Amino acid sequence: MSHDHDHHHHDNELDPMAARVRALETILTQKGLIDPAAIDVIVETYETKVGPRNGAKVVAKAWSDPAFADWLKRDATAAIASLGFTGRQGEHMQAVFNTPETHNIVVCTLCSCYPWSVLGLPPVWYKAPPYRSKAVIDPRGVLAEFGVTLPAETKIRVWDSTAELRYLVVPARPAGTDGWSEEQLAELVTRDSMIGTGLAREAA
Amino acid sequence: MNRREALPGLSADAPVFAEPWQAEAFAMVVALHERGLFSWSEWAEALSAEVKQPGAAEDGHDYYAHWLAALEKLLAAKGVAPSRDVDQLAAAWQRAAHATPHGKPIALENDPLHGG
Repeated sequence: MSHDHDHHHHDNELDPMAARVRALETILTQKGLIDPAAIDVIVETYETKVGPRNGAKVVAKAWSDPAFADWLKRDATAAIASLGFTGRQGEHMQAVFNTPETHNIVVCTLCSCYPWSVLGLPPVWYKAPPYRSKAVIDPRGVLAEFGVTLPAETKIRVWDSTAELRYLVVPARPAGTDGWSEEQLAELVTRDSMIGTGLAREAA
Repeated sequence: MNRREALPGLSADAPVFAEPWQAEAFAMVVALHERGLFSWSEWAEALSAEVKQPGAAEDGHDYYAHWLAALEKLLAAKGVAPSRDVDQLAAAWQRAAHATPHGKPIALENDPLHGG
C-alpha cells in the first residue's frame, strides 16, 4: 500500500510535433500503409544495429585484401553487399580512396544523403547548413575545423552525394600496421575518416 | 576564437534521435518508401525543399522538423493524408494526452471529443 503524498497528478502532454507524428501514424496504420511493429523494428535497427562499424569492416578488408580493394574500386555496391551491408533505398555506392596526392571528403549539399548501410545515420553536423555549404566552398577550412591539416600539395576532392549515389571514403592505412588482423585494423577506422573529415587513427 | 564552434555538434556524438517522435518520423519514411509509396529521389527532393528554406537552424537541431514537414507535404500531395485530417487528428491526440492520467498510456479514445 502506498502512502498518500500530496503531489499533483500531472496530465500527459504531447508536444505539437509528437502529436502530428501520432496523427500520421494513425492515418497510415488505418490505411494499411504502415505496421506499427515494423516501425519499431526500423527504429531499433538504426539506433543499435547499423553504424560506422560496418564501414570500418569494409575499409579494414580493403586494407588487408588487394583483390577486395580492387573490387571495391570497381563496384563498391557489390563488394560492400558481399559483406552483408546493403542499402535500403536501392542506392549505389562508390568508394573513393585517399592517396598521398588526393584526399576525399563527402557532403550532401542537397539534403543529407549518406551511406546508411555502412555508416548508420549521419551526425548532426553533416545535416546542418554550415557543413553542407562550406564543405564545397572551403574544404580545407572545414578540415581545419575538424583538426585535420593536410600537406599543401595534397588535393582535396569533394564528392556531393545524391539519393542514388552515396560515397564511402577509404582512408589511408596508418603506418606501422603490417601484419595486423582485419579486426585490429577496423579499430583504427573512425566514422569521420570514412566521411573524409578525419583520418584513420594512428597505430598505438 | 574557437573555430570548432563554427560547425555544430562537431565533437559531440549526439544520440541518433533527440526525441522519440524523430525516430518514428524517420522510420515512417523508410517504411513507406519500402512499400513503394514514393521513390527515394522523390523523398530527397521533398526533404531538400524543406531544409533549404531560409530560417533553417545553423546547428541542425530542426532537421527532423523539416523531415516531418517534408513527409506531411508528400503525403498530402499524394492524397494519402490531407493536412486538414492531420491537423484535426493531431489536436485530438493532444486532447487525449491531456485527459490521460500521468503514467497511463495515451489512447486516442481518451480524447473527450472522441466519438462525440
